[in-house]
Amino acid sequence: MAHLAPTPVLEPGQDRTMILNMGPQHPSTHGVLRLILEIDGETIVRIMPDIGYLHTGIEKTCEAKFYHQVVPLTDRIDYLCPLTNNLCYALAVEKLLGLEMPPKAQWLRVLMNELTRINSHLVWLGTHALDIGAMTVFLYCFREREDILRLFEAVSGQRMMTSYFRIGGVALEPPLGFFDRVRDFAKRFPACVDEYENLLTGNPIWVMRTKGVAKITAEDAIALGASGPTLRGSGVDVDLRRDMPYSGYENFKFKVPVSTDGDVFARYMCRVQELRESIAIVQQALDGMPEGPIKADAPKVVLPDREKMKTQMEALIYHFKIVTEGFTIPAGEVYQAVESPRGEMGYYIVSDGTAKPYRVHMRAACLANLQTLPTMCEGRLIADVVAAIGSIDIVLGEIDR
Amino acid sequence: MPLAPPVTDLEQLKNHPAVARLLGWNPSAVQGAKFDREEMSLYVDRPFLREACMLLRDNPSCPFNFLSDVTCVDWYPSEPRFEVIYHLFSIPKKERVRLKVKLSGEAPAVESVTSVWPAANYFEREVFDLFGIRFTGHPYLRRILMPEDWEGYPLRKDYPVEGYR
Repeated sequence: MAHLAPTPVLEPGQDRTMILNMGPQHPSTHGVLRLILEIDGETIVRIMPDIGYLHTGIEKTCEAKFYHQVVPLTDRIDYLCPLTNNLCYALAVEKLLGLEMPPKAQWLRVLMNELTRINSHLVWLGTHALDIGAMTVFLYCFREREDILRLFEAVSGQRMMTSYFRIGGVALEPPLGFFDRVRDFAKRFPACVDEYENLLTGNPIWVMRTKGVAKITAEDAIALGASGPTLRGSGVDVDLRRDMPYSGYENFKFKVPVSTDGDVFARYMCRVQELRESIAIVQQALDGMPEGPIKADAPKVVLPDREKMKTQMEALIYHFKIVTEGFTIPAGEVYQAVESPRGEMGYYIVSDGTAKPYRVHMRAACLANLQTLPTMCEGRLIADVVAAIGSIDIVLGEIDR
Repeated sequence: MPLAPPVTDLEQLKNHPAVARLLGWNPSAVQGAKFDREEMSLYVDRPFLREACMLLRDNPSCPFNFLSDVTCVDWYPSEPRFEVIYHLFSIPKKERVRLKVKLSGEAPAVESVTSVWPAANYFEREVFDLFGIRFTGHPYLRRILMPEDWEGYPLRKDYPVEGYR
């Protein structure tokens, strides 16, 4: 049975047990998560996450911005996968507008989105291993992550806050030689994953720290709203990229790794295999990259080329109007969900027909995933809490927004 | 690609599994439906919300077993002022539906769905925190993102973007 009664307030002075505060500055809480633990010796009796330390009111800020001004805000929600946020927001607004993307824009988006997934999983793997005590992996992961960040910088000018996907396409044509650099990366990355696996998968210390630890059943995971590798690690085969394809994912062939054990090791294996699948998608995107425009043909929504602005009056007018007045969207609402590295990321946008969104709500995968933590940890040791937090891969920026 | 106009006629929409299930149970619980931009929205009468959720979750032909999201929209100053929105997802059938409940601006409250999906715990706390909607029957309805002693509900439309100074 799932953790139906969410943990009540812990009262001090209870017999035998002790209240221990973990975080918000604890290094293994991946940001500013605070946990209130009630412990009996080393055993967890109850556990209550306390969040909100990173709440910046992004949803409120969005209501005061034009639609295109929201794009940079979306980067800053989940700062480990900015492009996935960009993608989800752009898809939601495009759905509201009824815009169709040209194939090249879609493929570029898939390519960049999968690189983002690899980037995010590398940070997860490095820090998760670091938490449990395997320090070396961290250095290896960040070596490859650096390559990806350089690719992001080449294509968008920014290493992390890329804002590369815009409403109606992508911001810029990739620079000359970019695809060759990605191809080079895709060629040597599988060997890097082998390297990580050599360090961890068969390592008896790693296996002892992760196998059978922080278990959660499929029923509990579904009931608690878990998604992504946290859900797939419990044997539920669901991946929005395959099940409800968006942005042309139906053109790609990839496997969805599922593991049935529901423990930390299962979630680890899901993500490591996802690294391999993602690089396979990158390879397919490179091989099949279509030619054509990178922006939709919608002059009232998409900023015109700089070259056109210098020669065409209309382009200049549209540019001026988009920048100063934004564009309006017919009243309505959409919920667009994508498979982020952490699970189901969703944007719910309500338009009232004006140039600013009436309401933007982000469904944060981590917020729901965090709810599984008490079910995973109660009755286990304090050291396992660290492993469990790492295995659900939380990003506090996304939880608190 | 021009947008197709929304369909609001219940007769045309009754093939959708969620609409069919709720109409088959209690037609008066469904206040309306809208099919717009390929997404289905259902307006549920407030007293029937929890039971409707329970039915949809246990719907044998298409179980909406996954609660994606709970959120709220403030339509200030019109009445009924609040709309609480539930996004449901059926993992076996890959189907989505959106349930909506309209609440008045005076002491808005609706029954909690934590007993249907425990996942609603944090989502409802967030809506309570930012909109001030009370979820009756929620086991631990406290502020979650804002500080405990915060005054006001920041995502309401009558709350200034810069906050009160």
